[in-house]
Amino acid sequence: MSPEMKTEPSSGRILLAHGSGGELSHELIASLFVQAFDNAVLHPLDDSAVISAAGARWAFTTDSYVVTPIFFPGGDIGRLAVCGTVNDLSMSGAQPLYLSSGFIIEEGFPLSDLKRIVTSMQEAASEAEVKIATGDTKVVNRGGADGIFINTAGIGLIPPGIVISGSNARPGDQVILSGPIGDHGIAVLSAREGLQFTTALESDCAPLNGLVAKMTAASPEIRCLRDPTRGGLASTLNELARQSGVGIWVEESRIPVKEEVRGACELLGFEPWNLANEGKLVAIVSAEAAEAILHAMRTHPLGHDAVRIGEVRKEPPGKVLLRTTIGSTRILDMMVGEPLPRIC
Amino acid sequence: MCVAIPARIKSLDGLMAEVEVGGISRKVSVQLTPEVRKGEYVLIHAGFAIHVIDEQEAEETMKLFEEIGGLEEYSSVPGVDQSGEKI
Amino acid sequence: MKFIDEYRNAEKARPIIEEIQRLADEPIRLMEVCGTHTVSIARYGLRKILPRTIELISGPGCPVCVTSNGDLDKAIALAGIPGAAIATFGDMVRVPGSESTLASERAKGGDVRVVYSPLDGLKLAADAPQTKVIFLGVGFETTAPTIAATALEAKTRGLKNFFIFSVHKTVPRALKALMDLGEVKLNGFLLPGHVSAIIGSQPYEFLARDYGLACAISGFEPLDILQSVLLLVRQIKTRGPRVEIQYRRGVNPEGNPRALQVMAQVFTPSDAEWRGLGMIPGTGLALRPELAGLDASRVFTLNPPAPKEPRGCRCGDVLRGVLRPQECSLFARVCNPQNPAGPCMVSFEGSCAAAYKYGS
Repeated sequence: MSPEMKTEPSSGRILLAHGSGGELSHELIASLFVQAFDNAVLHPLDDSAVISAAGARWAFTTDSYVVTPIFFPGGDIGRLAVCGTVNDLSMSGAQPLYLSSGFIIEEGFPLSDLKRIVTSMQEAASEAEVKIATGDTKVVNRGGADGIFINTAGIGLIPPGIVISGSNARPGDQVILSGPIGDHGIAVLSAREGLQFTTALESDCAPLNGLVAKMTAASPEIRCLRDPTRGGLASTLNELARQSGVGIWVEESRIPVKEEVRGACELLGFEPWNLANEGKLVAIVSAEAAEAILHAMRTHPLGHDAVRIGEVRKEPPGKVLLRTTIGSTRILDMMVGEPLPRIC
Repeated sequence: MCVAIPARIKSLDGLMAEVEVGGISRKVSVQLTPEVRKGEYVLIHAGFAIHVIDEQEAEETMKLFEEIGGLEEYSSVPGVDQSGEKI
Repeated sequence: MKFIDEYRNAEKARPIIEEIQRLADEPIRLMEVCGTHTVSIARYGLRKILPRTIELISGPGCPVCVTSNGDLDKAIALAGIPGAAIATFGDMVRVPGSESTLASERAKGGDVRVVYSPLDGLKLAADAPQTKVIFLGVGFETTAPTIAATALEAKTRGLKNFFIFSVHKTVPRALKALMDLGEVKLNGFLLPGHVSAIIGSQPYEFLARDYGLACAISGFEPLDILQSVLLLVRQIKTRGPRVEIQYRRGVNPEGNPRALQVMAQVFTPSDAEWRGLGMIPGTGLALRPELAGLDASRVFTLNPPAPKEPRGCRCGDVLRGVLRPQECSLFARVCNPQNPAGPCMVSFEGSCAAAYKYGS
């Protein structure tokens, strides 16, 4: 029996919020896609599907990139498309190997922009040591694709003995964050018309497989890995808490946030943990292995600000609790809808 | 509905100013606080500076967090003096 | 960040909380009337660190929440005008009217743009002379001067395609109306710091003088709110009711005369329909007749649907402070931020949204 969608959009249509990575997105996935596609490989709903085939374990994933604007400080849609999929593979502990790249391009899109994007994709692929092995190109009428949309799928090999999944967290485990959050979200917003603020902040868009390799080499006791992209750290922690059926307790004062991100958040009325990141990861690791893993992370350029932000407890299952800077503790919810700049 | 953020005036250009909050810059109108000077802090709301922050008062407030016993107060009820006695 | 971080310090909070605990030996009921206070209190879990004798009640402080369904429906209908673009603060986008929301209208192809400032709306109009840019003017006295200044600029620049739909409201008389209902028993008010930056402290004096209510004009950081609660408890226990300014760095007793002057040039008091409180004379801000060309309510003929209150929705009771969000039978069962029955659940500063989001 299929569960009723808790959220019937009032107009019976898909809303922007369904793609934001927060509560509505999860609703849609659970009640429509999972219901329809229904198979054992899909069910864990980790960043990648893990497949056993030919005597090995493979990670397989896909992601589509629709970011606006397509060029932003510190990156572009192409770099995002490569790093995003490389990172999804890395979050299952896999070594990413090959990507596909499908382009949906709007008629009239400048060839020079396309060349810039494709060059950027190859640069990112080189950084990540992956190859773009196959692809597809479609052109649609003006107005059909907001410039360009890119889909990448990726495949990687999971080394034996590595079992990383969002459902593996246990009470006593430690929660580690690889670096300051919110950079990508703010960098993209700053490049959008209508919000008009200037900052030196750049997107943190980067391939994380090198960092993950250091971590798995340091210890096999990594329970969960996830990169907090759309929906931000809050959504990621809530996903992990739900998947594992545990409580995750974090300390606000320990969550690293750059000054400029805090400034932008004050200005726009956001919380940094609702903003997207494209070069950070959350790791849940055993208490015993935490020091060693932190140490290994800090030797890698993408992990030198890695820090313990909290721990896993039995209660309350499926929830995230935040101890605020003023000393009180309260629920940290998944984001609902898009982060809209507010005045009040 | 009053989110207004303290920001520092980086530069002034007629009735517009560039302000900064933690390294983020934005242009706001100062037509509601035309007397403001560069380097001062303002409360910004919906693209306007609405009040020039009194740094002296801010320091006083911070001090008062320490001296719980000696809290001064601003009384604006007419006919009532500082001690609460009717005049 | 200066003037922000130092007011979020746990160590400084402790002596204040201890002193409140020492003094508050009987039930004390305080109402806050500013959505930003509602959010700050919930976001920092302040109810949990204050003694149980202190009850913090939310009042009609969220300007989006107190906008009537009729007004919301008109605003949403504006999105259907051919050639029109709605420029709005983010807060309004998901609020349900009788039949639709701005978000739904956008999904259907309406031009709805979120802006940070009315000046952004003005810029939209200047950049697209063929588009009728209609700015939704929502907010209390903190926001109204910014729309007023923008209206004057539109007039000076002779822009013919910029309009304002004003549902702005003013606070002090609404507080009188609330107290005159005689429903909610209060000992004092946490008064809105930024509204007061504009209007000063004098407009609230009647609350202390005629109603015997303790009043503290409060800043929004957790330490500000805690200090305000302490000031209020002190007034209630020993010193007697008065209007005190806790938020000294943000409020002059006379307010902002320039902002008040600009408001007077653009707005004239009108009768306003408040969700939960009904019609309160003189609490609305309508564009003055000489600015009729900018007034969306005069320029455009609207056919909004007949206003329909959502069944079972008790936003009105929540806004009057007589019902806590958790006490509403729809709360978290049928009404949640993804599926809100009324504005209190979906508006960023709605009491129900804050209660739902920050948990118990």
